[in-house]
Amino acid sequence: MSLYTFPFDSAEKPEHDRLGGKCTSLAIMTGAGMPVPPGFAVTTESYDAVVNDPKLQAHIKEILAGLDPDNVADLDHRSAQIRELILTQPVPEEVYAEVHTAYAKLMELCGGEVPVAVRSSATAEDLPDASFAGQQDTYLWIIGEQHVLQKIRECWASLYTARAITYRLANNIADEGLSIAVAVQKMVNSRSSGVAMTIDPANGDRTKIVIDSSWGLGEMVVSGEVTPDNFVLDKIMMSVVNRIISDKHEELVPTGHGSIARQEVEEPRRSSSSLSEDEIMAVAKLAKAAEKHYGTVQDVEWAIDADLPEGQNVLLLQSRPETVWSQKKVETKIASAGSGIEAITKSMLASMNRS
Amino acid sequence: MAPKAAKSFPSPYSMKTPKGAEGWQELYPYYLTFQDNLKKQEEAKFWFCDSQHWPNVFKPFEVIGVEFASRCLGAYNTRHYIIPPANGIDFRIHMGYNYFSPVGVAPELIGDRVPHFMERAGHYFQNWTELLENWRKDVLSNIAEIDAINFTALPDMVPIEDIKGGKGMDPSVQLFDDYDRLISLCYKNWERHFEFLNLGYVAYLDLFMFCKEAFPGIPDLAIAKMVMGVDSVLFRPDDELKTLADLAVKLGLTDLFTGDDAAKVLGAVEGHSNGAQWLAAFEKAQDPWFNYTVGNGFYGTDVYWRDNLDLPVGYISDYVARAAKGERLHRPKDELIAERDRITEGYADALDGEAKETFMGKLGLARVVYPYVEDHNFYIEHWTMGVFWRKVRQLGQLLADQGFWANADDILYLSRDEVRPAMFDYANAWAVGTEPIGPTYWPTEVARRTKIINALATQRPAPAFNEPPAEIVEPFTVMLWGITTDQVQQWLGADSGLKNGLKGMAASGGVVEGKARVITSPDQLGELIQGEILVAPVTAPSWGPVFGKISATVTDIGGMMSHAAIVCREYGLPAVTGTGKASTTIKTGMLLRVDGTNGTVEILSK
Repeated sequence: MSLYTFPFDSAEKPEHDRLGGKCTSLAIMTGAGMPVPPGFAVTTESYDAVVNDPKLQAHIKEILAGLDPDNVADLDHRSAQIRELILTQPVPEEVYAEVHTAYAKLMELCGGEVPVAVRSSATAEDLPDASFAGQQDTYLWIIGEQHVLQKIRECWASLYTARAITYRLANNIADEGLSIAVAVQKMVNSRSSGVAMTIDPANGDRTKIVIDSSWGLGEMVVSGEVTPDNFVLDKIMMSVVNRIISDKHEELVPTGHGSIARQEVEEPRRSSSSLSEDEIMAVAKLAKAAEKHYGTVQDVEWAIDADLPEGQNVLLLQSRPETVWSQKKVETKIASAGSGIEAITKSMLASMNRS
Repeated sequence: MAPKAAKSFPSPYSMKTPKGAEGWQELYPYYLTFQDNLKKQEEAKFWFCDSQHWPNVFKPFEVIGVEFASRCLGAYNTRHYIIPPANGIDFRIHMGYNYFSPVGVAPELIGDRVPHFMERAGHYFQNWTELLENWRKDVLSNIAEIDAINFTALPDMVPIEDIKGGKGMDPSVQLFDDYDRLISLCYKNWERHFEFLNLGYVAYLDLFMFCKEAFPGIPDLAIAKMVMGVDSVLFRPDDELKTLADLAVKLGLTDLFTGDDAAKVLGAVEGHSNGAQWLAAFEKAQDPWFNYTVGNGFYGTDVYWRDNLDLPVGYISDYVARAAKGERLHRPKDELIAERDRITEGYADALDGEAKETFMGKLGLARVVYPYVEDHNFYIEHWTMGVFWRKVRQLGQLLADQGFWANADDILYLSRDEVRPAMFDYANAWAVGTEPIGPTYWPTEVARRTKIINALATQRPAPAFNEPPAEIVEPFTVMLWGITTDQVQQWLGADSGLKNGLKGMAASGGVVEGKARVITSPDQLGELIQGEILVAPVTAPSWGPVFGKISATVTDIGGMMSHAAIVCREYGLPAVTGTGKASTTIKTGMLLRVDGTNGTVEILSK
């Protein structure tokens, strides 16, 4: 068991106190068969090992002594001072070694050095709210270990932004026991992506999973700028019952530095299936897992990551409840209601008329 | 599916007779061959080859199976239950193979048939259990009566008891009577065969159609699995062998099961201190469970376990070796039931209110009637036909002893209506006190016919004749034979969409990779190695013990309800049926990927 890091696909039980809200949820989703982009948490123990150093704590206390929260310039100044201390505080060797190993393992899985996102993962009401945390402490497209380590420190230091400090003062939250975890997560490099619904949106049939898929990022599928491939699977048997391979003329691809390029798709790729047989099944499984996890029909955004090995490359980006059909009661139209000979005869004749 | 250019199969009239088979038409009844003066009518119908039930060329006597089966199937649709949209299935023999053509009902006549159907079929559905018990009693009594027939040579003198008792009849009367009863009892059990089968399909199809409507695109396999019986008597013979194998291991007899030499193995068991217990169990299992053939009951040369103990003993030896290694032999019944329940619940949960009630009602009926669809096969094809063919061979041997021909099986080269005159020839000469003419006539004739049959057998049957209908919807045809619009297009050479593979029916789920073993006759079954994928034109349910050895099955012919499909579902093996050409495209040793869930077979390497 690692103390200072926690991979999202760890077999261990994710503990909120150690991982914070964001990382706990990422680990729970991965464990429930909804693999999010791979990564790891830098646990609150790491923060504690670095920031709870008594000398540093004494120093922080000293800086905050006699603070007037209404004096904005002074507050900003003190906040910057503390954050600078956290950013330069020496990191114990064992913490560094574990983060180094976790990062190296992640890069190995991705087949080389790829960009990651570094985000803070708060444990409690230490920060005003989740969205605040999200806005402040999300660093995207970070490349290289030194940069990643730097961003992890920035996430730690974010507990002492001017706003965080005044929030704690206003709500009477003590600085003692303050801690934070950090998520380091692969940036998705979409080779193919799209949406999957755990219902047939054409007729409300709840025994189907319907997948729309195209090359590159999913935006063009969602906006309707490209006609995606369409796969219909039977949810119970998990087999493809219908497929339409479309002419997918354009794609959006990430350039690796946060920007997106729009490009034409050449033959034969444009008229080839954007998912392999195994990938179709993996996307369907992911959608089914999401439906099971949330207990209701789901509308899932997913991607196939070009950097990840086969079998681990299908990623869940977002899952939300489907709202159209799950609200209304599905009326299945049947030629022969009831059973017995009358119904049998009726449906036999109906089937003749259909053919 | 995009409409294809109108393509057609050849006319039966345009087929070239294989060299040496000239005059083959005379071996079969006039009403079963395509007559020249009816060319126009016959060419207007679409005929497909049923190589599933009749993979080999018929010898004249063997026509009895297709005649009795097909006409009884027809009678139950057309005359017993008045099934509104469907009459029987017409049949012809062409160059030794059987061709079927379903006969529909004119649309304007369907309505009048409805009340009759409801009254008749309704009565059966309501009284299914009692009527089926009645069926069982009658079928078993017919079998017992056939079994009691004993063809023996006529004695030199009429027995003295008959003289003193004033019987006034010589034993030839009994001989003719026995032959007539043999044919008649066989016929009666074929009548019984279809008494419940057609209705079993009707109820199953009713559930099938409902599911297709309520869950558009639901795989056929899912519906088949909902009604799957786990305790069918069809699997009982194989289960008996497994039980015997487990018992042998338990009694410490493992080393004595050295192969398929029954005399040697049974002798060794007899000499063992625990042998008597095992032999008693072996004896007990034989009646009736060894009335079981590796063929399908339609051929006079089908070998039944009861007649050749080398077969069951060989299978038991295989099982003993596996059981000794701690392998679990019996089918995973609990898992099969759990899977069936999971599937059923999955679909039921997606429905509400009336739709759910309808589903459960139809499923309930299908589950009551469906076991018959599997079980009847043991009672008729195996048990009845096993006893029947044994008696036919006994009569063949009697006449062989009289010099009519060389071997008991040669009787199969006579039609059943030619056998009686041959018997009369024998009884006549016996009565008159002279020599029968048969021994100077039949050996040459049998040799001539043998040549024709062998010549016909050099040619595989054409899959179909004439122009197919645009859509094949007749449900019996689809269910039983796997003849679908797609299948027909594939036979016509349409692209399957797979570069290195074949498409067929997703008959039993799962994906497996393994080496192919192509088997075209039951004699080759011994070549199968553990874990191989069985590729065959068609399989018989009685290849049972083999299904414990293989990892998947691929066939040329057969639908969701074909025997291979049913057996593979019970054994939990992937199966793709009705590929049309697997046994000729795939070669033994090729690496295959069989996807029984999606109905595809991929050739991974040659």
